[in-house]
Amino acid sequence: MRFAPTDDQLALRDAVRALLAAECSPAVIRAAWDSPTGLNPALWTRLAEMGVLGVLVPEHLGGLGMTFDEMVLVVEEAGYAGLPDPLIDHAVVALPLAAALGLDEVAAAGAAGERLVLVAGLDGAGVVHGGSADVLLVVDGESVTVVDPVPSGAGTPVGDVLDRSRRLMAFSAPVGSEGRRFDAVGEPIRSARTRGVVASSAFLGGAARRCLDLTVAYVSQREQFGVPVGSFQALKHQLATALMELEFARPVVVRAAHSLTIGSPDAERDASMAKAMMSDAAHFVARACLQAHGAIGYTVEYDLHLWLKRIEALVRSWGSAAEHRRSLMAALSLNC
Amino acid sequence: MDLTWSAGESAFRDEAREWLTANVPHGLPSGDTREGFAAHLEWERLLFANRWSVVSWPAEYGGRDASLWEWLIFEEEYYRAGGPQRVTQNGIFLLAPSIFTFGTPEQQAGILPRMAAAEDLWCQGWSEPNAGSDLAGVRCRGRRVDGGWVLDGQKTWTTRGAFCTHIFAIVRTDPESERHRGLTYLLVPLDTPGVTVRGFGRLDGDEGFAEVFFEDAFVADDAVPGGVVLGGEGKGWSVAMATAGSERGLTLRSPGRFLATANRLIDLYRQTLPTGDPLLADRIVRAWMRAEAYQLYTLQTVTKLADGHEAGAESSINKIWWSELDVELHEIALDILGPDAEREGPWSKGWQFALSGPIYAGTNEIQRNIAAERLLGLPRK
Repeated sequence: MRFAPTDDQLALRDAVRALLAAECSPAVIRAAWDSPTGLNPALWTRLAEMGVLGVLVPEHLGGLGMTFDEMVLVVEEAGYAGLPDPLIDHAVVALPLAAALGLDEVAAAGAAGERLVLVAGLDGAGVVHGGSADVLLVVDGESVTVVDPVPSGAGTPVGDVLDRSRRLMAFSAPVGSEGRRFDAVGEPIRSARTRGVVASSAFLGGAARRCLDLTVAYVSQREQFGVPVGSFQALKHQLATALMELEFARPVVVRAAHSLTIGSPDAERDASMAKAMMSDAAHFVARACLQAHGAIGYTVEYDLHLWLKRIEALVRSWGSAAEHRRSLMAALSLNC
Repeated sequence: MDLTWSAGESAFRDEAREWLTANVPHGLPSGDTREGFAAHLEWERLLFANRWSVVSWPAEYGGRDASLWEWLIFEEEYYRAGGPQRVTQNGIFLLAPSIFTFGTPEQQAGILPRMAAAEDLWCQGWSEPNAGSDLAGVRCRGRRVDGGWVLDGQKTWTTRGAFCTHIFAIVRTDPESERHRGLTYLLVPLDTPGVTVRGFGRLDGDEGFAEVFFEDAFVADDAVPGGVVLGGEGKGWSVAMATAGSERGLTLRSPGRFLATANRLIDLYRQTLPTGDPLLADRIVRAWMRAEAYQLYTLQTVTKLADGHEAGAESSINKIWWSELDVELHEIALDILGPDAEREGPWSKGWQFALSGPIYAGTNEIQRNIAAERLLGLPRK
């Protein structure tokens, strides 16, 4: 029995952390709100070179052939950095699906950072960064149609959203009606969705931790009434509760990742627990952090809103907490 | 990551489950009453006779040299089997870790086996009428005399004090000292002349509290095997703080207890509301997840302890988590019971006791202060 990462896993995490600390500053996130594509090709290439895009891609296709035990740490770091590029959607959800369907060249190109591979029809109001997709795997029930290449002008921007770095694109027929079609692939589709559930949970955990760190730094030096506001008990208690919620949700996420790693029959249930708990925890942390900042937190100039908005978008992506709790009610046979 | 148990650990679980299933008594009156306490003592002695009372202790003291993992497994099986409350817990879970850390070999050999065997029953003498959360405000005095100490003062909120034989007390032995300096951790027999114990009632109706009065009470140096001072004169604060970490951290409330409560709650829901209730079901799922999260967090904690790291201020958020969870589990049960909730029964009793959780072992307000200052690094002042 051992509930801890290995030294190798921590080394990968540390390398990703260092790269993102250096090259994914808040300025990069702000730029992603307004730049033409919202993507950062140079950073994406660096991530590819480090093997991050191919963590879940088999080695013979140029990936690292690692597991979700590694990926969960990597995605958490992406959350902490607020990485705008679609690491979850491409590296965690799409590439393993491509590999499972035998689309070796697509998976390899994706792992190398040469092509952006995304999944449509699996979650949400649109496909994150869908407008930049080179390959689209369009899910419809238990079928997947491969749109390769994605014709230009194929989708419609969803329009203004809360977190403008997310660049949502909506795709409707005829996209997905032409292309190589795989039927009866419900199992790989379900796995892809479960990966999205766990990865978004891990990202939320990292993002929430970033909010907490920003907040502790701020309230430790911001003075009012002659003392740091962080010395007031009301703030201490609120932030202590926020820390506790995050600290206890995190092992649930790590366990869900491990369930995917070992192919546990309980992986979907464990993923639902992770998303339900971490969605609520991250939301609570974000609210507590905004409040602790006071008015300065309620500006676009200050960085907090970048993470707060990302958190709120992900809280309701890949299933909301309430939806996942409904699944768990069924799993526990609570007759509702 | 490896979330599997070894063959040895699985065998240990099987053995514990088999014995507990065959031997756990049911329907005992509360251990916080006189007649209940006696019944619980019989159970403690049966546990000891079969080497189940202190599994993680060395065999020479009545244990099985079980690892922390095996202790966790035992606790899970204990609560799964519906094991009764451990009336020896203040001794074996609070005092004993300090004796292992700070005690001399004579103290360990003289005190621990009798504690494990429930021949000596230990209660905690920390709080005073003027020193609860502010433990450093204790005024109970210990004056050094030839051959021992003379104690004067009063302790309160001493759980099951009226039924115990010994008390471990924090006493001010340096009269010039203030706050956490000049305190000594003393081990005192309760039948010492000058010591009076008065039990009084708790909110849950049991005589589970006691006041302990020391009036010119002479305690000989050898009143307890190996000596009555634990950890050295004037070192009482550091000994106490080491205890506090165990109390709120791992040993007082293991996850098995709350997993078992959550499962009983689900049974209650299914029996009482066979067609279901979406709002209650949602609350049950939330609480059940928090019980599972507590177990996973504990596996993470035990991994760190097994790797040689110390349990730190994380014990504060641990304590907040389980104590608030316990209240919520019981309140859901009362909501399921509806109008029947005010009738006496195990859930009502359990809820009444759960209410004390956010208060004992350091109030949750104090725990949040500690978490904010020591885990987040927020400024003290």
